[in-house]
Amino acid sequence: MPQPMNDEIKLSGVHKWYGQYHALDDINLDVAKKERIVICGPSGSGKSTLIRCINRLEAHQQGQIVVGGIELTDNEKNIEEVRREVGMVFQHFNLFPHLTIVENCVLAPVWVRKMGKAKATEIAMHFLERVRIADQANKYPGQLSGGQQQRVAIARALCMNPKIMLFDEPTSALDPEMVKEVLDTMVSLAEEGMTMICVTHEMGFARQVADRVIFMDQGRVVEEAAPAEFFDNPQHERSRLFLSQILH
Amino acid sequence: MLGRLILTYPATARRIGALFVLFLVAAGLYSLGISSAWIGKIFPSAVDWLKENKQFGRAISAIALALIVAFNWKLLQLLPRRQQIVAVWLELFALLMLFFYSFDLSLPFIAKKIGFMISQGVVTTLYISAISIAIATVIALAGAIAKLSKNGVIYGLATFYTSLFRGLPLLMQIYIIYLGLPQVGYVIGAVPAGILALSLCYGAYMTEIFRAGIESIHRGQTEGATALGLSPNQTMFLVILPQAMRVIVPPTGNQFIAMLKDSSLVSVVGVWEIMYLARTQGQTEFRHIEMLITASMIYWVLSIGLEFLQSRIEAHFGRFNAR
Repeated sequence: MPQPMNDEIKLSGVHKWYGQYHALDDINLDVAKKERIVICGPSGSGKSTLIRCINRLEAHQQGQIVVGGIELTDNEKNIEEVRREVGMVFQHFNLFPHLTIVENCVLAPVWVRKMGKAKATEIAMHFLERVRIADQANKYPGQLSGGQQQRVAIARALCMNPKIMLFDEPTSALDPEMVKEVLDTMVSLAEEGMTMICVTHEMGFARQVADRVIFMDQGRVVEEAAPAEFFDNPQHERSRLFLSQILH
Repeated sequence: MLGRLILTYPATARRIGALFVLFLVAAGLYSLGISSAWIGKIFPSAVDWLKENKQFGRAISAIALALIVAFNWKLLQLLPRRQQIVAVWLELFALLMLFFYSFDLSLPFIAKKIGFMISQGVVTTLYISAISIAIATVIALAGAIAKLSKNGVIYGLATFYTSLFRGLPLLMQIYIIYLGLPQVGYVIGAVPAGILALSLCYGAYMTEIFRAGIESIHRGQTEGATALGLSPNQTMFLVILPQAMRVIVPPTGNQFIAMLKDSSLVSVVGVWEIMYLARTQGQTEFRHIEMLITASMIYWVLSIGLEFLQSRIEAHFGRFNAR
């Protein structure tokens, strides 16, 4: 099936159930190259499930998901190929505690991309430099603060040279004073033209970098708009209620 | 009232407490029926007096022992921690040796036999245990992964295996394998039968240990590795197992020590390992106790070796936890 070239990610009619629970209900979403999307919504609305379907951490049961021209099915080869191009940052960092910072970054390039260790280390140090944490390269994750760990997680994902970055509530587990350092890293990444999908409640971040805000509730996309429009003039009752709750 | 007394005169209360504990130890020793013979050995002049005053002698013996223990305790408190540990080990070891010495063992007989016990028995025990440990580890790893499998056939195989081999006494397993396999046309030697039984039995126990270890690692680790593109196998061996080892190693060390000693059961099919030699070598001169104690000591030394190994491996896999 031919895909339009500028659509990096295309979801059409995606459904997912956990047993009886309808987690994703007819999701249609096109993401263009270099587009930055923020997904928000109340907890249990399916926003995490949605981005976890994009790199097949969860399997959808109906509809079609195409990432970088490759359709996600049970085909293991396709899944592997998509995962190589899609980086993901988790709420709880998911760094490997038994490996040092630089070993965390080198692991996937060496074992998945079959890169030489010296080259992989060089690249790792480059990205650690970028997230301003290169001086901690030989420490273990447990020795760093939450904000530092999350920046390492971003660097680790970048080491695979992904075309798309997924962020699953990257600042929700952080102490307030560490949120900014992680957001700054994400802003600079956005400015360089990375295709990004972020599940976040950081509305300042959404206003600053998002091309589109998607509001989800009960597994559906309720509203989809440019950030200024969404924040200043939300169309749906549910969005207004949500915004009034998180903006106080 | 007692509480007030303790709060007002803490030093006195402590002294009274210590005396009370001393009294309890002495009373305990007395009621256990402690003998006063050791006083007679140290002071020969007191032998007659002890014979005439049996009860009194035993009471003195109990109090004296309690005092010695208390004095020893006080003395040990003066040492730094490391030396305390060494001192306790040395004292208890000396007591153990004294206990064995009281059996009136023939040291020349032990000296005559110990060379053969080591060159034949220890070597056999060690190589049977080492091979079994290696095979059991592989079985345990495979069994654990199978038990976590979504495939019903694989899960069924794994659960039947662990249930059967944990459920049958090891002795039976050895007999069944050694005597049963020839029935279906496969004649097996005593040593391979022993190794097979030990590996299968301990593999089943260790399957559970490995499964628990793997399950103790948070799901986020698998997700993190998967999102980076690592395959399920790479995730298991590069991310999950190295972390699970911290949970797996201590109980596995236990299993290895238990297996080392359970390898003595292989003696029933006539393998010349330590236990078999201990029973047969003593027979000729009716010196069973000598050989049994020697064998016990050999098992203990080997176990200490394994304990040491375990602590080294634990330190290796725990190093990332250092702050």
